[in-house]
Amino acid sequence: MTTILCRYGELFLKGGNRHVFLRALANNVRAAVRDLPEAKVSVPHGRVVVCVADQARAEACSRLERVFGLVSISPTSNVPADIDAICAAAVAEAQAAIERDPALRRSFKIEPHRSDKRFPMESHEIACRAGNAVSEATGIPVDVHNPALRVGIEIAPQATNVFAERRPAPGGLPAGVSGRAILLLSGGIDSPVAGWLAAKRGLAQEALTFHSPPFTGEKAKDKVIALARELSRWQAVSTLWIAGFTESQKRLRAAGRPELAVVLYRRMMVRVADLLCDRAHCGAIVTGENLGQVASQTLTNMHNIEAAGRHIILRPLLTYDKVETTALARRIGTYDISALPFEDCCSLFVPAHPATAARLSDVERAEATLDVAKEAADIAEQAERIEL
Amino acid sequence: MTVYLDNAASTPPAPEVLTAVTHVMTELYANPSSAHGLGAAAARALEQARAQVAALLRAQPAEIVFTCGGTEANALGVLGAAALARGRHVVVSAIEHPAVLRSAESLVGKGWQLDKVAPAPDGRVTVDAVLACLRPDTAVVAVMLANNEIGTLQPVAEIGRALRAAGRRLHFHVDAVQFAGLISLDVATLGADSLAISGHKLHGPKGTGALWLRKGARVAPLWDGGRQENGLRSGTENLPGWVGLGRAADLCRQNPQAGAAVAAQRDRLESLIVEAIPQATTTVPASTPRAPHIASIRLPVLPAEPLLHALEARGVYASAGAACSTRSHGPSHVLAAIGVREQDAVLRFSLSRLTTESDVTLAARALREAVDEIADVVKHRPRGARP
Repeated sequence: MTTILCRYGELFLKGGNRHVFLRALANNVRAAVRDLPEAKVSVPHGRVVVCVADQARAEACSRLERVFGLVSISPTSNVPADIDAICAAAVAEAQAAIERDPALRRSFKIEPHRSDKRFPMESHEIACRAGNAVSEATGIPVDVHNPALRVGIEIAPQATNVFAERRPAPGGLPAGVSGRAILLLSGGIDSPVAGWLAAKRGLAQEALTFHSPPFTGEKAKDKVIALARELSRWQAVSTLWIAGFTESQKRLRAAGRPELAVVLYRRMMVRVADLLCDRAHCGAIVTGENLGQVASQTLTNMHNIEAAGRHIILRPLLTYDKVETTALARRIGTYDISALPFEDCCSLFVPAHPATAARLSDVERAEATLDVAKEAADIAEQAERIEL
Repeated sequence: MTVYLDNAASTPPAPEVLTAVTHVMTELYANPSSAHGLGAAAARALEQARAQVAALLRAQPAEIVFTCGGTEANALGVLGAAALARGRHVVVSAIEHPAVLRSAESLVGKGWQLDKVAPAPDGRVTVDAVLACLRPDTAVVAVMLANNEIGTLQPVAEIGRALRAAGRRLHFHVDAVQFAGLISLDVATLGADSLAISGHKLHGPKGTGALWLRKGARVAPLWDGGRQENGLRSGTENLPGWVGLGRAADLCRQNPQAGAAVAAQRDRLESLIVEAIPQATTTVPASTPRAPHIASIRLPVLPAEPLLHALEARGVYASAGAACSTRSHGPSHVLAAIGVREQDAVLRFSLSRLTTESDVTLAARALREAVDEIADVVKHRPRGARP
C-alpha cells in the first residue's frame, strides 16, 4: 500500500465556501484514481490523502499531477509509529531523492509534524534522531534555513508517513466549482489550451466541434477526439459533441459578401453552442479566440460574434502571444496532437481577405435570407455525442 | 459498397495467405533454429517460402534474404552495400521512395556525397542522366523499378546494362516494391546487385519483405545478433509472415496474366475518367511505360484531400499522390520533380488483380460526382470582393 499526500493551496482562501471547494476537490481526486487497485481517498485536516496498491503508485501520481486544485503531491513511505522505522524510511527516501536529483546533495532538513500526541517523542527530538541518521548515511550537511532537500515526517493517529519528494500539481480550482461551460474545440493549438485554462479556474466543460465532410476527413475528426481525450485526462472536458456543418456552411457562404463568411460561420457556431448550453446546463461558452491574432479576431468581430448568442463568451487566451500558447500546449500534452497535419476546418470556406470590422447590420441582413435559428437547432439536434 | 483502389498503399491479403499464416501460427510455432523435429519442420517451411519468393523473381533461393518489409530490404541494399564500399559517392533517382531516399541522405552525414538524378517530365530518369552522375568513387547507385506515386517504370535494366558495360564496380540496388507481383521479373537480366520487395503490396502480410542479393554481391548486416538469414538479418525468423509472403509470391507466379488484365482495367479507368471529366488528365502521358496497377490523375486547381473524402463518401478509397506523403507536411517530392503545380490535385487510383470491371465503372462515376461537388465550392470560393 502506498500513501500519497496531496496538498491544496488556494482553497484555504475561500472562507465560507471552503467546504464546497474541498468536497469538489475530494470528488475529483476520487474520480481520478477510482479504477486503480485498492484506491481509497480520505480528507483529514488540511490534506487529501490517497492510498493505492504499491504497483499503482506511478500511475496514481501521474493522474494526481493533473487534478486542478492540488498544488503538490508527495508519494510516501508508510511506516509503523516507531522511531527506528521512521529513521530508516527517512534515509531511504533521502537516498532515492538524491538519486533522482544529485543537486539535492547540497543540504537537507527534517520537517516533522506530530499530530498524534501519543507518540512519545517531541518534534524536535524526532528531527534530531532522523537528521543524524540521514546525515550519517548520506554525508549531506544539515541546513535548517535554506535546505535543498526536505524530508517530511508526518505522525498522525491513522498513519505515519515519511517522504522526500514533492511533485508540483497544477493548482487552480477543482474542476466544476465555477460551473459548467461549452468549449468550442477545433483541431488547432489554441482551443485545447483555452479549455485547459478554463478548467484550471474551476469550469467543468463539454466540448463542441464542427465537422464539414467531405472537406474534413475522418482523421481530422479523430484528431479532435484525441484532443478531447487529452483534456479529459485533466478532467477539463467530459463529453465531445461533433456537429455536421457542411450544408450550413455552404448556405452561409452564399448568403452574404464573401468577406463576411468567417463572422457568419462563427455566429452559427455560437448559436449551436447556445443550444447545447441549454441542454447541458452550461452557463458560458469558452473559445480559443485571441485578440488580433487573425483578421477575424478583432474587437468589432468579437462583438459581432458574441451578439449572436445569449451566453457569455469566455476567451482565456485573449491576451496570449502565440509563443505563450504554444509553450503551454506543449506542457499540457496537446501540442503534438494539434500539430498533426489533417485540416480541421477546410480553408476552402475561408475568404482570402476576411472583413476585420464587419458591420453588424450587413451580417444580420445576410442572415435574414436564411432561417438561422432553425439551422442551428438542426445542427445541435443532429450532433453526435461521445463520452470521453 | 467498397471499391478499394489503394492497392499501392496496401493490398488485402489473399485467403490462401491467411490460411498459411494461421497454419504456421498454430502448428509451426517452433524456432526454425531449434535442433528438434518441430524446429526442423519450421525450417523446412521457411526454406519452402524462400524458394517460392525466389521462383517469382526467377532467382536462386540462396539469394533471398527475408526482412520485416520493403523499407528494411531497401535499407539493407543501400546502407548494407555502402558499409562495405571504398568509394564515398551515392547516386539515386530524385523520385525514390523515402525508404531509399532517406537511407541515401543519411550517408551524407557520414562523409558521403549524394547526387539525385532528376526525372524527365514524363517521370522517368534516363540512362544518360544516371551515367552523367557517375564518378570514379561512385559506390552505390539506386533506382526504383516503378514509382509508387505516378507508376512510371524506370529503365533499370538499361541502367544495369550500361553500368556493367562501363565496367563499373559499384553496387546497383533496385527498389521493386511497386512491382506488386504484377510485373514479370527476371532479376538475373537486370544487371542489379540487389532488389527489394514487400509482402503487403502483393496480397501478403504486412511486416514482411525480402531482399534479393545477387550471388557474389555483398552487403553488411544492419545489426548483429543470432545471425539468421545467412548472417545478414539477425532476429528470430518471422515464420508466419514469411510463409505468408511465400504463398503470396506463389499466387502471383501462378497468375502470369494478371499484369496485363490489371493494365487493361487501369486503361479503362483512365479513359472513363478523362471522358467524363473534361479537365482531368493522366499525370504522365498514357504512353509512358508504367506499372500496370497505378492510375495517376491530375485535376487542375482542385484540392486533393476533400476530393478523397468525397470519393470515400461514395465508397471509393484512393490516395492523393502517395498515402505515405499525406502524413508529412508539404507537397510530394515526386510530383514536384515532374513539375506538377501545388494547386492541382493528383489522385492515385491503384488496382489489383481483384479489381473488377464494375469497380472501375463505379470509381469513374464517383470521381465525376466528387469533382462536381468540390468544384462547386471552389468556384464560389470567397475571395474578398473589395480590392
